[in-house]
Amino acid sequence: MKIWGLPAPRLSYLRVSLGLVALAFAGLMLADMQISVQHPGDELRRLLSGFLRPDFLAISVSALIRTVAFAVLGVGLGGSVGFLFSIVFARSRIVRITCAFLRSIHELFWALLLMQITGLSPLTGVLAIALPYAGVFGKVFAELNEEADLSALRVLPSGTSTLSAYFYARLPVLAKPFADYTLYRLECGLRSTLVLGFIGLPTIGFDLDSYFKQGDYAQAGALLMSFYALIATRRLWARPLTVPFLLVGSFFSLPAGLNGGSAMANLARFFGHDIVPAPLRHGNLSSLSPWMDTAGWLWRIGKGQILPGLIHTLVLSQIALVAMALMSLVLFPWVCLRFAGPLGRPLGRALLVVARSTPEYMLAYVLLMVFGPSMLPAILALTLHNGAVVGYLMGRQADALVFRQDAPSRRLDLYFYEVLPRLYGQFLAYILYRWEIILRESAIFGILGVTTLGYYVDAAISDLKLDVAFVLLLATAALSMTVDFGSRWLRAQLRIQDFPRRLSQERIAPHLEKAQFSWKA
Amino acid sequence: MGKVIGALAIMASLLQAPAFAAQAPVFVFTAIPDQDETRLNERFSKVADYLHEKLGIAVKYVPVKSYPAAVTAFVNGQVQLAWFGGVTGVQARARVPGSMAIAQGAEDDHFKSYLIANASTGLKPAADIPTSIAGKTLAFGARTSTSGSVMPEYYLRKAFGDRAPDKVFSRVGFTGDHSQTIQAVQSGAYQLGFVDYSVWDLDRKAGKVDDKKVSVIWETPPFPDYQWTVRGDADATFGAGFTTKLTQTLLAITDKDILGRFGRSKFIPATNAQYAPVEAVAKAAGLLE
Repeated sequence: MKIWGLPAPRLSYLRVSLGLVALAFAGLMLADMQISVQHPGDELRRLLSGFLRPDFLAISVSALIRTVAFAVLGVGLGGSVGFLFSIVFARSRIVRITCAFLRSIHELFWALLLMQITGLSPLTGVLAIALPYAGVFGKVFAELNEEADLSALRVLPSGTSTLSAYFYARLPVLAKPFADYTLYRLECGLRSTLVLGFIGLPTIGFDLDSYFKQGDYAQAGALLMSFYALIATRRLWARPLTVPFLLVGSFFSLPAGLNGGSAMANLARFFGHDIVPAPLRHGNLSSLSPWMDTAGWLWRIGKGQILPGLIHTLVLSQIALVAMALMSLVLFPWVCLRFAGPLGRPLGRALLVVARSTPEYMLAYVLLMVFGPSMLPAILALTLHNGAVVGYLMGRQADALVFRQDAPSRRLDLYFYEVLPRLYGQFLAYILYRWEIILRESAIFGILGVTTLGYYVDAAISDLKLDVAFVLLLATAALSMTVDFGSRWLRAQLRIQDFPRRLSQERIAPHLEKAQFSWKA
Repeated sequence: MGKVIGALAIMASLLQAPAFAAQAPVFVFTAIPDQDETRLNERFSKVADYLHEKLGIAVKYVPVKSYPAAVTAFVNGQVQLAWFGGVTGVQARARVPGSMAIAQGAEDDHFKSYLIANASTGLKPAADIPTSIAGKTLAFGARTSTSGSVMPEYYLRKAFGDRAPDKVFSRVGFTGDHSQTIQAVQSGAYQLGFVDYSVWDLDRKAGKVDDKKVSVIWETPPFPDYQWTVRGDADATFGAGFTTKLTQTLLAITDKDILGRFGRSKFIPATNAQYAPVEAVAKAAGLLE
């Protein structure tokens, strides 16, 4: 195989791993990791002591209900649209590109854009979740489509219409995995709604932001605990049978929108004026000069904002990627029976579930207050959250391994000579899969003041320069799609395509055994 | 394109119409979130109650999380009145033809910012901007905060030969609001910060400032700041003469409790023209077209 006429380097697990680590070290040279707060311990102590004495009276039941409502409707709408996308996904390039674009922009960015059109209305919140989720659902449902059992389809009489074939032969097979995946995404939806509260959606995130800012940690602690309880009990209240009630109930628990203003007028202004590049707004478009001005305008945005934003986004995500990979390698034995034992495993699981239920954005936000402004809080937040996610998955995989009689008995030997080598392919698949997610999140941390792409988006929106914000968002989307592509290419090269989409999915792929050989190769 | 926009708009209005449309027009106002939210909620619920009592219509205060969100709500017509800062007011009025600044605090005509410093810097109060602040870390408030960011940057540029703040200081950041700036300088996260003097006073009164850790080292020359701005179409919605009545009602606030929560002695009339100096600075900073 050749790339640009040159023979491509042979990729092995070792080379890819070393490459990622080397890039992270290069990133460390550029990263600003200072702790500027004089006594970070003080704030941390106040935080912990507040969390230990939670003020449960601070919990607003209506905000809790609204958190669920936004998540249910956002995921519901996203899932429905994604389902439609998935039907034509394999056939339509436009649909594939649309899906990739929708999911490449973070829900917080969608919310900031939608705020310009739908304003302070519940629709802004629902759409901010539904749009990126539709992109994810479209892709995942399409993949499930591909993998599904086709035997029912083969016995249909010839002449069966496509529609009948789909509903009688495909959907019955697919309904279960679709439903499982959708209910799992609801957990992500809950995290998204919480984070959207930080920019104004009236969910518990809204109050959480105020309490954290004011240092009311007992109140913040109580709110967080109510959120963990919501996530932990999801399997109880979000079941296929309760879905109709959830949807209807959610619709009626949305907050009232504000009257006044028209979405039509806002839309016309948004597309007709706001996002039109400033140099094109007033000039005579048949002459050359406004177009030249626009080129200069784009060049200035590219040089002054996209380039530095891009570099910082890549630096942050690369360091975080490797840090979280190491973190997950440290964490996974704690949720593996063979290492943690029957008493340790439930404890380890509880800790990892709490860590993965905590949105990175909120974690970074809190750590910024503790350590002061630099890239460090963002790196720590990404490491903790994603390390917990991957650690949890790895632990499950490790539990499913069947060991030979003569497997090492010392835990350290077992870890390094047996478990890690056998799981390494899977581990790399997870890491590469999280790459795009970490990148999207890194861009978002700009809103918190880290100078990634989001920093410039936030600045452009503050200055009401939506044309600039729009260009920056397109750049962010392009970066995220590039990384997604790169990650898929690497996974294809390494033949590690297969990974469970849900945290609880039991799927020990046949390639796990192959992994041993390619490790040696 | 037109078709797509039309379809989207219809979808939007359909989704919004049944569940969310209110019957009688409610008078809705907002404010830039410039300090601790609990305090703002208490302050503006009092104002909402007062306006409801005097005007005899339903009044609602809608809190938002950022300065641009307040401006956008006003531009979109979802709020009819807002308590803006100098810059956000100018931004909003430039986008909503006919909108007017109607009232301001007596202190807002000659407002000022404090430059505060962490005790570790060893900086002492001075009459002129101390040039020894160069190279330190500096916190502004929200990006479009008049007293927390825009006017301070203007004075900094004057003192440092028009060099951008990020060229003068080793780190420049935006904390989001004045209470956050005070906490950030107090903790040492930033060595210096610019804050609204009224929020500094309110936070000190609330016991949130440790004088041993942070103090004022310089104050800016005066500039016009906060004001109540109303949309030009308020009379069309709430009846002829509404804007005049609203203005008089705001000017007639004598309740010490309400005024105290604003850190103002009374409200006085305001005009758009008064904010010309802020407008010029905002324009130079690229915040206005």
